Amino acid sequence: MRILEGKGVTKYFGGLAAISNVDFEVDRGEIVGLIGPNGAGKTTLFNLISAALSLNSGEIRFKGEKISGLKPHQVCRAGVARTFQSVKIFGNIPVFGNVLLGALFGTSTGMSSPDATREAMESLEFVGLSAARATPAKDLTLANQKRLEVARALATKPELLLLDELIAGLNPAETTEAMELVTKIRDKGITIFMIEHVMKAIMSICDRIIVLHHGEKIAEGTPQEITSNQTVIEVYLGKSS
Amino acid sequence: MLVEILDIVVAGLLMGGIYALIAVGFSLQYGVARVLNISHGEFIMLGAFITWMLYKVLGVNPLVSLAICGPIILIIGFLLYRTLFTRLRTSSESIGAYEGSSMLASFGLLFIIQNVAILIWGTDIKGYSYLNFGVNLGGAIFAANRLVTLLFAVVIGAAFYLFLARTRLGKAIRAAAQDPVTAGFMGVNINQVLALCFGFGALMAGFGGALISMCYPIQPTMGFQYTIIAIIVVVLGGLGSMVGSFIGGFVLGLIGSIVSYWQPGLSLTAYYLLFIVLLLAKPTGILGK
Amino acid sequence: MDISTLTSKRSLISESIILIIFILLAILPLYAPRYTVILLTSIFMYVVLTVSWVIFSGPTGYISLAPAAFFGVGIYTSAILGKILPLPIVICFGALASFCLALLVGALTLRLRGIYFAIFTFGLVEFIRHLLLFLELTVTGRRGRLVILVDQTIVYYVMLAIFAILLLTSYFIRRSKLGLALQSIGQNEDAAAHTGVNVTMVKVITFAISAFFMGATGAIMATRWTYIDPYTAFNPLYSFMPVLMAIFGGMGQLFGPVIGAAIFTYLEEVLLTRFPYYYMLIFGIILVVAILYLPGGLVGLAQKWRKGDLAEQHANP
Repeated sequence: MRILEGKGVTKYFGGLAAISNVDFEVDRGEIVGLIGPNGAGKTTLFNLISAALSLNSGEIRFKGEKISGLKPHQVCRAGVARTFQSVKIFGNIPVFGNVLLGALFGTSTGMSSPDATREAMESLEFVGLSAARATPAKDLTLANQKRLEVARALATKPELLLLDELIAGLNPAETTEAMELVTKIRDKGITIFMIEHVMKAIMSICDRIIVLHHGEKIAEGTPQEITSNQTVIEVYLGKSS
Repeated sequence: MLVEILDIVVAGLLMGGIYALIAVGFSLQYGVARVLNISHGEFIMLGAFITWMLYKVLGVNPLVSLAICGPIILIIGFLLYRTLFTRLRTSSESIGAYEGSSMLASFGLLFIIQNVAILIWGTDIKGYSYLNFGVNLGGAIFAANRLVTLLFAVVIGAAFYLFLARTRLGKAIRAAAQDPVTAGFMGVNINQVLALCFGFGALMAGFGGALISMCYPIQPTMGFQYTIIAIIVVVLGGLGSMVGSFIGGFVLGLIGSIVSYWQPGLSLTAYYLLFIVLLLAKPTGILGK
Repeated sequence: MDISTLTSKRSLISESIILIIFILLAILPLYAPRYTVILLTSIFMYVVLTVSWVIFSGPTGYISLAPAAFFGVGIYTSAILGKILPLPIVICFGALASFCLALLVGALTLRLRGIYFAIFTFGLVEFIRHLLLFLELTVTGRRGRLVILVDQTIVYYVMLAIFAILLLTSYFIRRSKLGLALQSIGQNEDAAAHTGVNVTMVKVITFAISAFFMGATGAIMATRWTYIDPYTAFNPLYSFMPVLMAIFGGMGQLFGPVIGAAIFTYLEEVLLTRFPYYYMLIFGIILVVAILYLPGGLVGLAQKWRKGDLAEQHANP
């Protein structure tokens, strides 16, 4: 069942088309990967979905309802949460507060304080950060800050989670942990749409992959189909990790 | 009818010349050195008073004073930046924080400079008479000193433009305005250049003040209103665009002249209204990026 | 929002101290000289302006230079309505008028970047001043108006009441959902929006709440001047001073601004009588020194906010 779809999505910056007439869809329960060389428009697409940016034309629908044109907090409350490429945490607020914010404000129905507290604790537990709950977020390691972002996103009880380069900057051990976390999230019933550069990770856990290049969708399919796709190989020559 | 229009237009340009100068100065300080200098008007005031003092005490021709008070104010501005604002810049966590703290620091400067001026010169209104005769232009009469002011404003503006475009230092300034980090990599001594920019900004203010003193009475509290005008012009012309600020000054002068003709005393209110509308409609200004 | 049960001994002690101070302040007019009452009223005024300012500008980092506008609106409301309505209603109207103005201004401008917002609020005061002057001259034909006279003791008590209510409000905001949201906006506005915080609404409401108190203050303090005009009512100094006092006193703790304002007002009194020609200079120097050397300078605006009261108390559920 389709949970997210975009039709004819286009975004211009000045005269340049950052995203050009892109159609995409994500089904419930899937893990879909979004890949492409630097500058392909991947984060821009996420920004369009999460309403950080507005579309020039086309539309984006979540669970059948149009979300393009909403404000970011409305998209979040509708059930779409995201993490950011450059980790955006609330540095001077303790870890717990970061996540509590999500539980208090980001859910579709709103939560009372005790419920939100419980929800936040569960989120922290899920990502493995309970012990650090009183630490100011800026004092965490990068890997933990990324976990914090995920916990905060999960606290908003999303149905769709957008992960923007979760693995960037992580060492191999942390990468494995991150991938396990992603699988755990999917097992909870949350659909995942993820941008990644690390090919191994993408290929191993994604059900489907969408490939962008210069703002256009150039290929789409299972990991096997993508790795053997001529266009993709040309575009990506040498780009693996 | 034509005489009236000429009257309004020229009056607007005369005022606009001064606005253009002080706006360019402010734009240098904000656009390049990233300091929203609320004390800009105080440098205008200093230029005015130094010129007045030189004229009254030593009988120095105000136009010659330009060459004297200019360097003085340039140096004061330069030193202020090197000591106060550079330190703020290095200790601020982000550009946003720096913009805020430098703005507040400039408030402090405003208090200090104004108070010092009051201590030296008292609070009374002062003035002098220079080239105070009428000139007939196509039927409308204008004061000679105001015409000279306009002339000098344009000359100074053009000279500065050439300086930016042709000299090495000018190019360094433009580079720093575009991208301070890269400019630093290219061998530009960023601290020096930014300090010079701030100094030049003060210099423009000083020139503006000197020219103002030729035509209008002055007092130590005169600066603030000009700061506000500079801000309005810079928003009008585009934050960061010096050409925009220069042209914007003339545009604002014209607007003020038209509004004054229709309803005297309302020009300042009209400026603010324009300012508010601009901020809401197009914060980057007419010529801004 | 439930507030943590304040059972810790330390909290009880500081609570008691605060209560005692307020009781002392309440009975002060009975035995203190008139001059002290008037001085304290001035201190309360600046404290309220400063604490209100911090409620919004502290956590969010948006420097507002509008306090003079809201204060002035309160003053003018008092001048206009003072003769026809009883004092309590006048004060409420003053507060409400400022509240509405803040809603309007906030809705229009709080979507602008921080520095634009600051410039805008800076121009707002001057705009209202000149507009009002023009309107007065053309519509009423004369400049300014007279204000009703009110006994200084009444003014004292009203200000004390406003101060108390404000402190409670500030305290509860800090510990509430709203407080956490405000902090998050100051730390990373984008992330806050994506976490479900309606940032515009949070900013506008908080801005309006802070304006409410400034308006109320203006309405009662207007009675100090027998005659007011746009120039005295909308004086940019009433925007600069709260900022200065907040920076000096520190915005981290609830009482930072209170202390800053108290010290400054007293300092102003002393300077105005002894060195009337130097006080601007001294204030300017203090401001510059405070910005340069007091912890974090302006970065402290968002970060001095007491490290997540709400989060802290729930960190050990």
